[in-house]
Amino acid sequence: MVPLSWYLAVSALLFTIGAVGVFIKRNAIAIFLCIELMLNAVNLTLVSLSGFFGDVGGQLFVFIVMTVAAAEAAVGLAIIISIFRNRESLNVDEVDTLKL
Amino acid sequence: MEKASTIIFIVFAAAAVLSALNILLQRNPLYSALSLIVTLLSLSALYLTLHAEFIAVIQIVVYAGAIMVLFIFVIMLLNVPAAQPQIEKQKGLRYLAIPFAGVLIAETFYVVLSIGKRSMPSIPVGTEAQAVGTTWSIGTSLFTDYLLPFEVTSVLILMAVVGAMVLARREGD
Repeated sequence: MVPLSWYLAVSALLFTIGAVGVFIKRNAIAIFLCIELMLNAVNLTLVSLSGFFGDVGGQLFVFIVMTVAAAEAAVGLAIIISIFRNRESLNVDEVDTLKL
Repeated sequence: MEKASTIIFIVFAAAAVLSALNILLQRNPLYSALSLIVTLLSLSALYLTLHAEFIAVIQIVVYAGAIMVLFIFVIMLLNVPAAQPQIEKQKGLRYLAIPFAGVLIAETFYVVLSIGKRSMPSIPVGTEAQAVGTTWSIGTSLFTDYLLPFEVTSVLILMAVVGAMVLARREGD
């Protein structure tokens, strides 16, 4: 069988790619996609540890994370639509009203 | 059997990581979203190798299906032009990245080395129908031990529905 550390390494790689994406992307939707990628990397960790320990709790947590991701996608995309409606752009550098 | 599961893992792990990298490389968010769908499907295959059948199916139906369709719908609705590369604003910050990355890599190595070569038990714990990861075991725990989180989640979804409607509404409607 595949060692547990391989799964954790894949998960760490995916999380890192997602985190890098949040920093280097300027498009709000692309940043949002990278956040989804990070959520999925953590889900992989939870599922692999759940299988490793034989505890169903980890998979239930993944179930709840997916529900939260769905709620987050609905609200986040609504925010993106209203930003686009007001500014005609999705570049996050131009949306800096809350910046000090 | 030993070799087959390793090959399956390597194929789908590589597909997941490469399509994740493709998310970063694409300038058009639509292609990034399609690439993320490939990552999600590969992760679903990895969940199957971990005996998490229910989560694997939910991953395809809810994530790759519902959530990503919502994303692609919004991307096509807004029809934003592809991003143009921009000049960096604060050049000094990039030198800070190297020490931080070093600390992160050291942590990762420490964790991987301390876990060592432990692997999954080849047969899931419990009898066939009640094994961890089946719909039976997940449903049973969800409606007994984890009933409160489940109910709280439904309140969260209600709030998200109301919030999305309020945020996406035009002013003055």
